[in-house]
Amino acid sequence: MREMIKMVVVLTVLCLFSGGLLAAIKNKTKERIKLQLLEYVKGPAVRTIFEGASNDPIADRFDLKEGDIVRNFFVGVFEGKPRALAIETFGKGGYGGDVGLMVGIDTKEDKLIGVGVTTHSETPGMGARAETDPSFVTQFKNLSLKEPFKVTQDGGSINALSGATLTSRAVCAAATDASKIYQQLKPQLIEKLKEFEK
Amino acid sequence: MAKSLTQEFVKGLWDEVPPFRLVLGLCPTLAVTKAVENGIGMGVATTFVLVFSNILISSMRNVIPSKVRIASFIVIIATFVTIAELLMQAYTYPLFKKLGIFIPLIVVNCIILGRAEAFASKRGVFRSFLDGLGIGIGFTLSLVALAAVRELLGTGSLTFWVKPIQILGPSFKPFSFMVEAPGAFVALGLMLCIMNLAGRK
Repeated sequence: MREMIKMVVVLTVLCLFSGGLLAAIKNKTKERIKLQLLEYVKGPAVRTIFEGASNDPIADRFDLKEGDIVRNFFVGVFEGKPRALAIETFGKGGYGGDVGLMVGIDTKEDKLIGVGVTTHSETPGMGARAETDPSFVTQFKNLSLKEPFKVTQDGGSINALSGATLTSRAVCAAATDASKIYQQLKPQLIEKLKEFEK
Repeated sequence: MAKSLTQEFVKGLWDEVPPFRLVLGLCPTLAVTKAVENGIGMGVATTFVLVFSNILISSMRNVIPSKVRIASFIVIIATFVTIAELLMQAYTYPLFKKLGIFIPLIVVNCIILGRAEAFASKRGVFRSFLDGLGIGIGFTLSLVALAAVRELLGTGSLTFWVKPIQILGPSFKPFSFMVEAPGAFVALGLMLCIMNLAGRK
């Protein structure tokens, strides 16, 4: 009986101790891990979209609340003015799940600067080309935000990747989503952008 | 019978070097040795876990009841593996991405549980520390050696940190079989054979 109690006590104390230690370390590293994720997962997409920007778009970012959802925006400075925004959205209906898309928007002319796929689980060589094949995403460059983005099969202007219509649709859905969010929040976003003027 | 402190440390470098002599911990050995950088990262992470779990287990060896010792060892090892994982994620993110699932899998690496059960649970703290350090460094060196052979033959270059360094000239045709999974088995087999020939008495 005594041995039983000892076993229970030792294991419980050990687990409590390790749980506490891990929670503390997790807390300490949380901020840094978030930064690293921004840098290595979203960073490359943001940097390609904002090519030629005079600031570091990863460092210049802000959060904005839309209802309960906190949205993350990256700021691009062009010709001395913070006029570009990038936001990540997720397009539903990809072949392997949601497709994460970084969407860059020019706030002066209300058009797309460019898009870049961030996370996806599409088939390599098929849907995954949305990330690797630049000729697909460059179609979004300079498109106006007035109309939702659609692939040609659905009456839009985007040529779908051959053999990967579902992925292409998901990318279009994500871009449309970003454009909707932008148009909804535009007044607040423009206010926020002014803070980045130097 | 009792080994000197230096012997406890040195044995991990040759006599009991894990993948080649004990033939333990082969899963990460085969899986991550595509590049020297991966080998270094995996080796350092494993050494970290090995040293700290050895120290903690040996200092608690009189408290842990023998019936639940394996469960206790696993809790301790898993804690240190999670710490290593969080630290790598926070400070060396690209390497963390490359090693992927193999970092959490250090928990089930039999070298670590083997050292805990066979060594640290019976010896003093300082000896266990030396043992963990020796075995860990031996493991790291083995991974680096295997990775160097595979990467050099498979790509003609070596990646010590982030950027590959071209070693063999442009006329070298990469033997890409070596960086694929079957190449790992062949390279490991040949190295085991050389180690056995060299160590034959």
